[in-house]
Amino acid sequence: MALREQPDVSAPAGIAVEARDITRRYGEGQTAVDALRGVELEVTSGELVAVMGPSGSGKSTLMHILAGLDKPTSGTVSIAGTEITTLSDSKLTRLRRDHIGFVFQFFNLLPMLDAEENVVLPLTISGEKPDRAWLDSLLQQMGLGDRRRHRPSELSGGQQQRVAIARALVTRPTILFADEPTGNLDSKTGGEILDLLRASTDAYGQTTVMVTHEARAAAIADRILFLADGLIVKELRSATPADVLAVMSGLQ
Amino acid sequence: MIKVALKGLAGRKLRAALTAVAIVLGVAMISGTYVLTDTIQSAFGAVFTTVYKHTDAIVTGNSAIGRNNNSPTLPPSFSESLLGKVQKLPGVEEAQGGIADYAYLVGRDGKVISGHGAPPLAFSVHPHGDQRFNPLELTSGTWPAGPHQVDIDAHTASKDNYKVGETIGVVARGAEQTYTIVGIVQIGGVSSLGGATMTIFDFPTAQKVFHKQGRLDSISIAAKPGTTPAELVHEIKPLLPAIAQVQTGQAKAQQATKDTGGFLSIIRDFLLAFAGVALFVGTFVIANTLSITIAQRTRELATLRTLGATRRQVLGSVLVEAFAIGALASVAGLFLGLGLAKLLNKLFVSLGIDLPQAGTVFATRTIVVSLLLGTFVTVIAAMRPAIRATRVPPIAAVREGAVLPESRFARFSAVTALLTIGGAIALMLLGLFVGNLSTTNRLLAIGVGAAAVFVGVAMLAKTLVPPLASVLGWPGRRYGGAAGNLARANAMRNPQRTASTASALMIGLALVTLVSVLAAGLKARFEGAVNAVFRADYALTATDNFSPIPVAPANALSKVGGVTIVSGVRGGEGRAFGSRINLTGVPGDISKVIFVDWAEGSQAIPSKLGWNGAFVSKDYATAQHLAVGSPLDVETPTGGRLHLLLRGIFAPPKGGSPYGDVTISARRFDAAFQNPQNIYAFVDMHGGVTAANTARLTAALKSFPEAKIATESQFKHNQEQGIDTLLNLLYVLLSLSVVISLFGIVNTLVLTVFERTRELGMLRAVGMTRPQVRRMIFGESIVTALIGASLALPVGIVLAFMVGRAIKYAAFTLPWGQLVAFVFAAVIVGLLAAILPARRAARLNVLEALQYE
Ligand SMILES: Nc1ncnc2c1ncn2[C@@H]1O[C@H](COP(=O)(O)OP(=O)(O)OP(=O)(O)O)[C@@H](O)[C@H]1O
Ligand SMILES: [Mg+2]
Repeated sequence: MALREQPDVSAPAGIAVEARDITRRYGEGQTAVDALRGVELEVTSGELVAVMGPSGSGKSTLMHILAGLDKPTSGTVSIAGTEITTLSDSKLTRLRRDHIGFVFQFFNLLPMLDAEENVVLPLTISGEKPDRAWLDSLLQQMGLGDRRRHRPSELSGGQQQRVAIARALVTRPTILFADEPTGNLDSKTGGEILDLLRASTDAYGQTTVMVTHEARAAAIADRILFLADGLIVKELRSATPADVLAVMSGLQ
Repeated sequence: MIKVALKGLAGRKLRAALTAVAIVLGVAMISGTYVLTDTIQSAFGAVFTTVYKHTDAIVTGNSAIGRNNNSPTLPPSFSESLLGKVQKLPGVEEAQGGIADYAYLVGRDGKVISGHGAPPLAFSVHPHGDQRFNPLELTSGTWPAGPHQVDIDAHTASKDNYKVGETIGVVARGAEQTYTIVGIVQIGGVSSLGGATMTIFDFPTAQKVFHKQGRLDSISIAAKPGTTPAELVHEIKPLLPAIAQVQTGQAKAQQATKDTGGFLSIIRDFLLAFAGVALFVGTFVIANTLSITIAQRTRELATLRTLGATRRQVLGSVLVEAFAIGALASVAGLFLGLGLAKLLNKLFVSLGIDLPQAGTVFATRTIVVSLLLGTFVTVIAAMRPAIRATRVPPIAAVREGAVLPESRFARFSAVTALLTIGGAIALMLLGLFVGNLSTTNRLLAIGVGAAAVFVGVAMLAKTLVPPLASVLGWPGRRYGGAAGNLARANAMRNPQRTASTASALMIGLALVTLVSVLAAGLKARFEGAVNAVFRADYALTATDNFSPIPVAPANALSKVGGVTIVSGVRGGEGRAFGSRINLTGVPGDISKVIFVDWAEGSQAIPSKLGWNGAFVSKDYATAQHLAVGSPLDVETPTGGRLHLLLRGIFAPPKGGSPYGDVTISARRFDAAFQNPQNIYAFVDMHGGVTAANTARLTAALKSFPEAKIATESQFKHNQEQGIDTLLNLLYVLLSLSVVISLFGIVNTLVLTVFERTRELGMLRAVGMTRPQVRRMIFGESIVTALIGASLALPVGIVLAFMVGRAIKYAAFTLPWGQLVAFVFAAVIVGLLAAILPARRAARLNVLEALQYE
C-alpha cells in the first residue's frame, strides 16, 4: 500500500462526487416508478455526508448510481473527476477498484474466508500484496485485532460490519459508500459503527457518503441531505438529532 | 483470486463432490478399459514370448487366401516330407513336427466343456523327444504317450476337478472317445489362454485323431550355434510349398501378440465408446450442477464484482474451480478404474469371454488420457455456466433474491433447438446412407449427429418441461395431496433446471431404447427369414449354436431309422475377384429342406450343380456383374483354384441368407477342403417332429456332444441367444450412463433443497409433516425422471428407425414390453435419486431453516 498513490483529493475544486440532474426510472409504461427525479449533488473531498429520507424515497437507488453499481436513466455522475455513466464495464471495474469502497446493509462477506481474508479480498482481486503495517493498524482501528482468523459465521453482526468496513477501506478508496450500514444492527452496535465511520474519515481522509435512518447520524455527519420522492428536499449542516427528527417528521 | 476460488470450493465440499461424481465414473470407465486391455495384452505377450523362447524358426501352414485374425479357421496342414528336408539343412540343429487343431473335452455330464467362446485348442507333444520346443509345462503327471492318453489344461482341471489317472471324453474329428488323463499342463506360465480348453496328445495320436497322417501343422526349428534365426529362415524358405511359411520364433511371438492385440483393440474401442457416452452424459450433469451452484452464488459473485473483480476474473474463478474439480475427479476416476477393470473382466467372463490376466498394467498413456480427458471435459462443461456468471451485474450484490440474467439467446432457444435437431438428423442421415464414405467418417458423422440430436433435444426440453411436468405430475397431484401438488409445481418451477436434469437421463435411456428396438427389429427379420427358409423337421447345429461342426454327426443321423433326408450346408472361406468370400457347399437334396426364392433358376439348381456348377446371391451377382453362364474362379485356402460356372442366382430373405456369397456342390467342397465342416444340417423324418423322433435323433448324437438337434422354433430361439447376449452386454454398459444421470438428479435435488431451505422451514412451520416433505421430494424426482423417459423413448425410437433403415437386416418393430420396462426403470431411478435429498429435506431443523440465509 505504501506505493499506492494517495487519493487525488485535489480533483476539480476538491470535489469527490458530483451528480448532475440524475433520474432513474424502473420499469416501463403504466407501472413505471421514478425512483430519482433530478438529483443534484456535490460532495467535497474528506466530507462525511449522511443521506436520509422516508422509505422508498430513492436513497438506495442514489447510492447505487453514485457508486457505479447501477446506471441513471439520465444525468451524469463523476467520481474523482471521471464521468462514470458512460464508462465501459472494464473501465468501471478499474475505477471501483481504485476509488470506491462500498459497505452493505447485509455485510456480504464471503462465508468461506476468515475475517482477514475478507478484508484483503479487494487487494487479492487486484493482485496486490497487502501492506502489513497498514492492515494491522486498520484492523486495530476496527477493533478486529483478535478476530482475524474467525469466519463470518463466528462473528457478531457488529463485528461482521466492521470487517465489511475494513474491507471497503483497505484499498484507501477516494470515497466510501455505505447503505444503511447500521440497519441490521442493534442501536448500541449501530452507534459504534457510526463512530467508526467518522473516525475513519478523519484518520484516512476518504470521503464518506452514507444512508442511514438514525437521527444520531446528525452528530457525526458534516452534512445531512434529505431525500423525498426522488428529490433532495433539504440540507442541514452541523445539525442536532432534534433538528433531524423535526425534518424527518415533516417529510413523512 | 485462484486461492479465493479454491477456498470457495473447499467451503462447498458436498456440492463439489456431487459435481465430481459424474466425472469420476466416466474417467473410471476410460482408465478401467485401458487397464483391462493393457493387462490382457501384456499377459498374452508374456505367454507367447515364453512359448517361442527356444524356437529359432517355425514353419506353419499358410492359407492361400490370406490370414484373417477374426476367423477361427485353421491354416492348411502341409506334407510331413518337409520335415526331413529341413532336418538335412546345414544350419539346423534340431527340428520337430507338430499338430495343432481343435478338439472338445467332454465333461462327466456328457456335455462339451465350455471354452468360454475361445476355441478348444489341441496340441501334440513328443513325450520322448527333445522338449525344448514344447510350449507347455507339466504342473503334475507326465506327457501323454500312446493312443489312449491325454494331458489337459490346468484351468479345466481345477475348474472341473480332474486329476491325473481319471478318464475324460474327447471329440476330435469323429465320435467321442475316452482317454486317460496322465498330466496337467499350463502354457507360458498361465493355466489357460482366455478360458480355452487344451487337449494334448502325443504326436502320432494327434496325427491320427485329426486325420493328418503324413501331414504337419508346424515345424519348430533350433539353429546350430553360429547360425542366426534370420539365416535359418533364409535357408528354409526355398524348401517351402505355397501353403507353408517360415518365421523366426521372435517374429512368430510378436505376430501372435499382435493378432490378439487386434482383437483386444476391438474390445477396447467398444468399451471406450461407452466411456465416451458416459462422459458425454457427465458433461450434462456437470454443466447443470455448476449452473445451479452459480445461480445460488449470484450474490457472492456480485459482491466480488463490487470489490473490483473484472468479468474475466469471475470467468477465471469459475473455470479454476471447474479445473480443480475435474482434476481431482479424474485422479479419483483413474484409480477407481483399477477396480472397474476387475469388474469389467467379470462382466466379460460371465458372458463367456475369459481372458488371461497377469500383473495389472497401469500405463502412462492410461494416466495421461484419463487425467487430460476428465479435466478437459469438466472445463468444457463449465464454459457455459462460467460465461453466464460473468453476466452477474455488481448491483445483484444488494438485491434480495437476485437471479442470474437470462442468456441473450434464450428467446430463440426453441428455434435454435429445432435447427440443431434438424442439422443433427441430416448429419446422421449422411453418415447412414451416403455411399462413398470411409468407415471412420461414417461413424464420425453418425456419432456426432447422435450427440447433436441429444444436445438439440436437451435445448428443446426447456420448452417441453412445463406441459410434460403438468401431465406426468397429474397422478401425484390427484393422489399425493399437498405434497404431490407441490412436487409437480416444483418440477415446473425452473424449467431449465428440470430440463437439463432430465436430459442427462434421456441420453442413457434413449440409447437403451435404440438398441432394444434395433434388436427387436433384427430378431423379427431373422425370424421372418427362418420362417421363409426352414422346410425341415429338425436342424443340426453346434451345441454352442455358432461353431461349425464336423460332418460326422450328420453322417450318424442319416443312419437313424425313419430319417429320410440329412442335408448339411458346408461352410468355409475362399477368394474370388480379389476379395475374401464365404463359400458354402450343398448336397443335391438341400432344396427339400431349405427354401429360397430364385431370381434366375429354380429349386432344382442345387441338385444340378455337378462338379463345376455354382450359384450366388442376388447381391453378389449384382456387385460382381454376374449372370447365369458367367465363369467364376474361386481360390481355396490350400491354394486350389475352382473354375466354376454360374448356374443360378437366388434372392435371400431380408433377415439373412442360409448360404454364403458363392455356393458349390458338397461333393466339390469336400474335395477342395482339408477338413470340411457343416455350418448346420437339416433333417427330415417320417412323421415329422415327434417326441419319439426327437429321442431317436438325440440318442444318435450321444457320442457327438459338440452337436445338437433343434426344431424350427428351437433353432430360432438358439440363434437369437447371440443377439440377447449382446443386448445384455449393451444394457450393462449403458447402465453406467444411467447411473451418472441418476447422480445428476441427486445433485439437482440436493442443491434445490439447499436453495429452498427457508421455504421448507416455512412449510414445516405451517404444518407440513416430515413424510409429506419426503413425498414432495420423491414426487419431484419421479416427475423429473419421467420427463427424461418421455424424451428418451421417442428419440431412441427415431434413432432406431434411421439406423434400422440403414442396416437393412432390421425390421421396425417396437418391443412394447421392454419400452414399458424402461419407463419403470426411470421411475426407479427417480426413487433412488430422491433418497438422500429427501432425507436431508425432512431432517431440516425448522427454526434454523427459517433463519437460513
Ligand atoms: N429494482 C427495482 N425495480 C422496480 N422498482 C424499484 C427497484 N428498486 C427500487 N425500486 C423502487 O424505487 C423506489 C426507490 O427505492 P429505493 O430502494 O431507492 O428506496 P430507499 O429510499 O432506499 O428505501 P428504504 O429506506 O426502504 O431502503 C421505490 O419506490 C422502489 O419501489
Ligand atoms: Mg434502501
